[in-house]
Amino acid sequence: MLNISKLLDEIKAFPYREITVVAPHSGKIAFAEIEIGDHVHGPLGRWKEMPGTKLGMLERERNPKPICAPEKGEIGRVCKELDGHFVDAGTPLVILRHMLTSDEVQRIILQKALYLFLAPERAKYYFTPEADKKIRASDTHSVTVRNGMELFIMSRMKREVTLNYTGPDGVIYEVYFKYNENLETGTPLVGICPQDHLHVIQDMIMRVQTEWIEA
Amino acid sequence: MDNNIAKRLQSLRERHTYLTDIFAGKHQNGVDMLGKKLTAFSTLVGSCEDQYAELATVEDLFAYVEHRLEKTLEPMDRVRIVRHPQRVCLRDILENVYDNFTEVGGQDEHSLDPSMLIARAVIIRHSGKKTYTQSVMVIGQEKGHGVEYRNGGSAKPWGNAKALQYMNVAETEGIPIHAYIFTPGSYPIEDYPGAAQQIARNLYHMAGLSVPVVAVISEGGSGGAEAIGLADRRLMLSHGYYSVISPEGAAAIEGRSKSGERATPELIEYCAANLKIQAEDNLQFGYIDRIVQEPALGARPWHFNFFRYLRQEVIRATDEVVISTRKMPILRGLALARHRNPENNLDNLHIRWGLSVAAKTRLVHRRQQKFLRLSRQAAHDKRPFLTKTAVAFLDWISTPWVTFKYDFYHKHQRQISTLMEEINNELDILKNRIFAPWHKLTRRLPNRADNKAKELTALSSWKGDTRSHNWNYISPRYKIDRAITCPNSKSYGCLDLWGPDLFAEFAGVCSHCGYHFPMEPEWYVKNIFDAGSVFEFNSEIEAGNPLDFPDFSERVAQAREKTGAKSGCMTFKARIDNTKIIVAMLMGTFRAGSVGAAEGFKFVEAAAKAAKKRYPFLAYVHGTAGIRIQEGTHGVIQMPRCTVAVRRYIEAGGLYMVLYDTNSFAGPVASFLGCSPYQFAVRSSNIGFAGPGVIRETTGMDIPPKYHRSYRALSRGHIQGIWDRRQIRANLKQALLTIGGRNLYYR
Repeated sequence: MLNISKLLDEIKAFPYREITVVAPHSGKIAFAEIEIGDHVHGPLGRWKEMPGTKLGMLERERNPKPICAPEKGEIGRVCKELDGHFVDAGTPLVILRHMLTSDEVQRIILQKALYLFLAPERAKYYFTPEADKKIRASDTHSVTVRNGMELFIMSRMKREVTLNYTGPDGVIYEVYFKYNENLETGTPLVGICPQDHLHVIQDMIMRVQTEWIEA
Repeated sequence: MDNNIAKRLQSLRERHTYLTDIFAGKHQNGVDMLGKKLTAFSTLVGSCEDQYAELATVEDLFAYVEHRLEKTLEPMDRVRIVRHPQRVCLRDILENVYDNFTEVGGQDEHSLDPSMLIARAVIIRHSGKKTYTQSVMVIGQEKGHGVEYRNGGSAKPWGNAKALQYMNVAETEGIPIHAYIFTPGSYPIEDYPGAAQQIARNLYHMAGLSVPVVAVISEGGSGGAEAIGLADRRLMLSHGYYSVISPEGAAAIEGRSKSGERATPELIEYCAANLKIQAEDNLQFGYIDRIVQEPALGARPWHFNFFRYLRQEVIRATDEVVISTRKMPILRGLALARHRNPENNLDNLHIRWGLSVAAKTRLVHRRQQKFLRLSRQAAHDKRPFLTKTAVAFLDWISTPWVTFKYDFYHKHQRQISTLMEEINNELDILKNRIFAPWHKLTRRLPNRADNKAKELTALSSWKGDTRSHNWNYISPRYKIDRAITCPNSKSYGCLDLWGPDLFAEFAGVCSHCGYHFPMEPEWYVKNIFDAGSVFEFNSEIEAGNPLDFPDFSERVAQAREKTGAKSGCMTFKARIDNTKIIVAMLMGTFRAGSVGAAEGFKFVEAAAKAAKKRYPFLAYVHGTAGIRIQEGTHGVIQMPRCTVAVRRYIEAGGLYMVLYDTNSFAGPVASFLGCSPYQFAVRSSNIGFAGPGVIRETTGMDIPPKYHRSYRALSRGHIQGIWDRRQIRANLKQALLTIGGRNLYYR
């Protein structure tokens, strides 16, 4: 069984995700006035129409282009030694430390604790009418799945085929898709948890919600 | 306390609040003194010997101070007066000026747009022992009596559409329209039918309405006011304002405030004073016909004498419009003199408001002439006297020649050519029958068959190939020695473009996604029209500073120096594949393409020239930011004025087309551009009523990126097509051949 406390402690010891901002193409880099420890923000606005904090300017063929922070976080490293130099595409420029939010921590733990059933191809997915009825009537936890069970309808180009669940037996803990939305191959559809693990996971969610302090 | 005393005391309290609000901290001594007197009376009212006498003294004191403060009113105080909740509003007018009314087109909050109120009202008049009931259609913005859903009198596009619908009803029924303008501006959203598009439609229809229209302006905020303001007589309440933009908006532009920042109160006052928004200013400019005097510090619902006076004034205005359509000058003069006498009680004089067919034609003609005459003095006509005389003389002598050429010779020529075409058709059929056996034989010859097969199987025709097009003019930016990033590169992954390629060979179009970078106006002039065919006229008309707005003359001079043009509108005659055309081009490079008196002057002249010469008329909008705010009402009057010119041109049988490029916003789009039946846009252009910043400020809504893109305008039916820049010439040629205009010279 998954050791939730150990996992949570591991995340607490390293409570951020490192994002490496690399040069999108070759050019001469000039860093903005950023230092290690500075807080930056990602794209803002309802439509993410305002770019994130400017990290530097990359100039190629006299065409300077801003390089902006892709997410909110703290600057972990700036490759100042490259300042004013020509860099190749893909050269790491800045490392951002994105502090994990409680939602993100939950997602990480759930992905480790649950069995994820992935979309086999790009299509729209629906539950079979029986499963759908159960989910609507109570909640996802009431639907027990077992290996080989007909669980989904996969719809693509007016072709609808049933899709059998393959994996360990358990209950649906989380549904990751919406109706009428196209999903890419490999996107998780549902997270399955064995019946006897259910209370452990619920306990873990409670702990994350109460214990996790957001930066 | 006596009920009567309590009521009067409450009224005094409201008057005190009103004074405090409209002077916003000014004349504090007088206002405080009234407050103290009022408090003192309120506390001692029970112990007074003669309460009524004491109260009358306080009331007199209020009246005295109000009259004294009236003389100190500044423009911004008037703005606060018209926006005050105690100001008279349309329902007060309906209840007190008219004898009876029925609200139509929705009621209170159960209306398509509660800010636009429409009512069928009646006025009862007497003549001797007879009583006459005269109906009118009252249309106007309502701010009060349900403030929570009236939206401050900002009509939404569908509210303006409702107004237009009932204007048409009034025209069908032959009853006059009374328009009451109580709006700070139109609600700037682009949902169907679109704010700009609907105002343009209203203006276009009002330019040809065959019933008398009288407008009364209290708060005349730009486009919202014009949507119902193109009238035969325009009255203005003495404490109202009529302006191109709110003083706050003007201050934000003048102060170059960033979005969300507020301009300082001093700057707002300064703008209000310099925009000349008051009734006296507008009367002096000729944009209103008469001022309706209000009581001291503005009319409020308890000023019943004011309503009586307003009733007389609207009746007088309507009567005057009707009388002015009479044919006999002596009778007309006598009737007008009688009506203009302020001593006469017009309730006891009856004039029939219905018009004959001929009178309707005269009415529309007079209205159109009135607007065409306005604001000419505000543009600087720098042509020498001799040139002006020569132009006028040529115009005068060419009129009969043009009439003969097109109305007589061409008319008969058409009949002859039609006859000849019919004869030719018959001959062709006969010829085909005679040569049929010969065709049968030759069709089987081997050479013929090969050609046919090639013709049927070839994918492209290589004749007249224009792919290796050499542009007549190349943007000077092609010398730019750098790469340029397409704004769509994030979404479409466009590679960087090399500047010299982009601005020369690619004509400013991204070779990956087709994004159109803005180009100079010269690019269009030299690449769209036949080489050497462009002949500019009226180039001497100069944009000036008619309001003497501080520091603005220098800014206009800078724009003149930078662009080499004297105004933001270039009018010229040109040819496209030998078809002659008149073009009015609004240049985004000259003060952002804003339209003022000079631009309007040139536009109206161009439309008149196109009508006279029977040429198609193209408005090419390289870019326009709207009406030039520093020209105040001289600018905003161009909206109805140019729309009238366009309507006259279209009705004369011309083809009026509009082509939008880069950014086209506000007044011009909401009037003489938006009213065209054939509007097209160049790719990547933006079309709308107000920019994103203004929408956020006025409505509090965030708008999505690309909200104003031409594709949205196309989807809601504002424009008819989107053209690639490199295809403009071909598309214009196609349009000239296929659409519009019964009286075009080449038809």
